[in-house]
Amino acid sequence: MSNALNPIYVTAFIEATQNVFQTMLHQKVSFGKPVPGRLPHLENDVSAIIGMTGDVVGTVVLSLPAATASKIVECFVGSPIDIKNDDFADAVGELVNMISGGAKAKFDGQQVRISCPSVVIGQGHTVQQPSGSVCISIPCESSCGGFSVDVSIKKVGVSQASEPAAA
Amino acid sequence: MRVMVIDDSKTMRNIERSILNQLGYTEVEEACNGQDALTKVAAFNPDLLLVDWNMPNMDGITFVKAYREQGHKTAIIMVTTENEKTRVIEAIKAGVNNYVVKPFTPELLGERINDTMAKLESAP
Repeated sequence: MSNALNPIYVTAFIEATQNVFQTMLHQKVSFGKPVPGRLPHLENDVSAIIGMTGDVVGTVVLSLPAATASKIVECFVGSPIDIKNDDFADAVGELVNMISGGAKAKFDGQQVRISCPSVVIGQGHTVQQPSGSVCISIPCESSCGGFSVDVSIKKVGVSQASEPAAA
Repeated sequence: MRVMVIDDSKTMRNIERSILNQLGYTEVEEACNGQDALTKVAAFNPDLLLVDWNMPNMDGITFVKAYREQGHKTAIIMVTTENEKTRVIEAIKAGVNNYVVKPFTPELLGERINDTMAKLESAP
């Protein structure tokens, strides 16, 4: 299995992230070159996690530094919320829910269900990728700051998760 | 018009309530999942339900089926991230009158509400 995710999935998550930020936060997001694995330079204080099951099995993690997450939540809900407040996690969870839902609709006819989101908040934590997964981290830059959308796909039913190996 | 917003995310319930208020609908009740909604609909007697799909305890599609089985004709708009055609068809078959995909603009939600209520009012 190649360590590069099929471009169909990468494009799906980029377009879905852009759509969510433009529609709900009135912000444009710029995207860096997606890199296999996790972004080593990005602080990871807030992680919103969603599982995918069905024809595609994997996880989606919206990873944010605390300061960026606070600004994004304020922009999303219209007022500042303390990071320790339950409503903060709810708002971040809803963002990854919309991103994942929008992305899976672009999975080329594959039937995928997503879980309810979970949110982890803690300074400098990491989210371990499932073993045997093809992982990619999409660096994102918004006016609220940088964050990443980390996708790991373990199994794909109809088509291939990874890019076919070059001949 | 009385509107019930059914979504497990408090953030989305607040956003939808705010949009409804801007549209002039101030009688708004909230429920955090399908089960919660089933216990509240009789007392609130809504004219319109905005229903999320993915929720814990009882999801939106299960709620819609249960609600329709009780004989209720109240307008239902599914407001969800579920965007695939198969899911939309499943929702319509279950008794949903209209469909809004998250993320959505206030204008889109307003249009769908107006369209839905107009169709029901003009139905024989």
